Amino acid sequence: MRLAYNFDWGVLWRAPYGVWLLQGIWLTIQLGLIAWIIALVLGVTIGTMRISPWPWVRRIGTAYVEVFRNIPFLVQLFFWYFAGPMIFGQAMMFKINAISGLNYYVAIIGLGLYTASRVAEHVRAGFASIARDQFQAALSTGLTEIQMYRFVIIPYALRIIIPPLTTEFLTIFKNSSVAMTIGVAETTFMSYKIDSETFHGLEATTGAMAVYLAIGLGVVKLMGMIESRFRIAGLVGRK
Amino acid sequence: MFDAVWRNLPYLLGGYWVTVKLTFFALIGGIALGVLVGLGRISKKKWIYYPVTFYVNLIRNIPLILVIFWFYFVMPIIVGRPMDPFPSAVISFIVFEATYFGEILRAGFQSVSRDLIQAGYSTGLTYWQTTRYLLVPIAFRRMLPSMITQSIVTYQDTSLAFVIGLPELVRRTAIVDGLEVRSIQLFGFVAVVFFITCYLGSIVSRRFEVQRERGF
Repeated sequence: MRLAYNFDWGVLWRAPYGVWLLQGIWLTIQLGLIAWIIALVLGVTIGTMRISPWPWVRRIGTAYVEVFRNIPFLVQLFFWYFAGPMIFGQAMMFKINAISGLNYYVAIIGLGLYTASRVAEHVRAGFASIARDQFQAALSTGLTEIQMYRFVIIPYALRIIIPPLTTEFLTIFKNSSVAMTIGVAETTFMSYKIDSETFHGLEATTGAMAVYLAIGLGVVKLMGMIESRFRIAGLVGRK
Repeated sequence: MFDAVWRNLPYLLGGYWVTVKLTFFALIGGIALGVLVGLGRISKKKWIYYPVTFYVNLIRNIPLILVIFWFYFVMPIIVGRPMDPFPSAVISFIVFEATYFGEILRAGFQSVSRDLIQAGYSTGLTYWQTTRYLLVPIAFRRMLPSMITQSIVTYQDTSLAFVIGLPELVRRTAIVDGLEVRSIQLFGFVAVVFFITCYLGSIVSRRFEVQRERGF
């Protein structure tokens, strides 16, 4: 079969396209890392809320997870970006919309809020896998309820859920590509931009795929190191 | 309060119909290809196992948007003429979701006891008959909750076809918003539509999960 297409892989490194791609990669890494910090802090908090002894705290946690999981991330992003500033009223709206790089901040916050709901589910599952005795043992040493969570349960649960968190960490970089829809010039955006300039989108997107694979490999390596560093003595770990 | 939604309702519902159609084809194709992927992942033949494993690991590490773009760029080259976004989107979703359904089904296939499969062979069934009458039905039933959850994810994912200009619900909402500038109610409406449908789906999934825990 003869394809009516001339490959030009030069669009991956030729000026200015190579620089565009590098700028995109740098933004993808920023989006993923900063949103990941938000997602971890918020996700652990909400996951903990879901096993709290107070019913209304549990309900808030559950409501958060249900809302963020049942609405597509793209819709959430559009809502925060287009409707978000309107919520604060006309005067504030103009001020917010005047912020330069607004889409960048919205993408980070939106990605963080969305991923937090997924992290919260894993945290809850991690808590559920801790034996009841562990809670009682912690309390019987004289720790308060808060101290018990802070020093015993949360450190323990976080280690148990490192493998599913690795998956989420991978997913956050993949989901950061959705930020292109509100004009954040990350890797996928740049590959599309290269296409609109050169009509060589096939090469550009293939190059972008390689970028995401490399980021994925990096994350798996990093999380593997963290996992072996913090392994709980006496539990079966992955090699 | 919902005046802009109300004025454009037929247009928006038309978009929702595209979303539903895309979900339908993505699920039919994704699950069918997923069965083959799952079988490939438990295959003892190396020339099947390794290529299928490569395909699964490759696709699962790439953002869906990029897969959608890639097929949008590749299809015209293969077909030799510009392509409509809808078939292009359907193909990218089938290729993408099949890897996720495939991994769920692989877990299902692996949960079927080896004795049962051997019993199947010993009654004279061929490989495909054992697969068709034992492996697939049992795996489907055991994995039903996960399959439903992944179907809900697929349904949400279809919104990403936005990027190649497919006029589905989110795209049409963005178009209407461009004219009306009523972002809160318009995107709020889309969010509510997705929330209600996905929430109902998750209730169904949970019901099957309870059923599975009771054993059947």
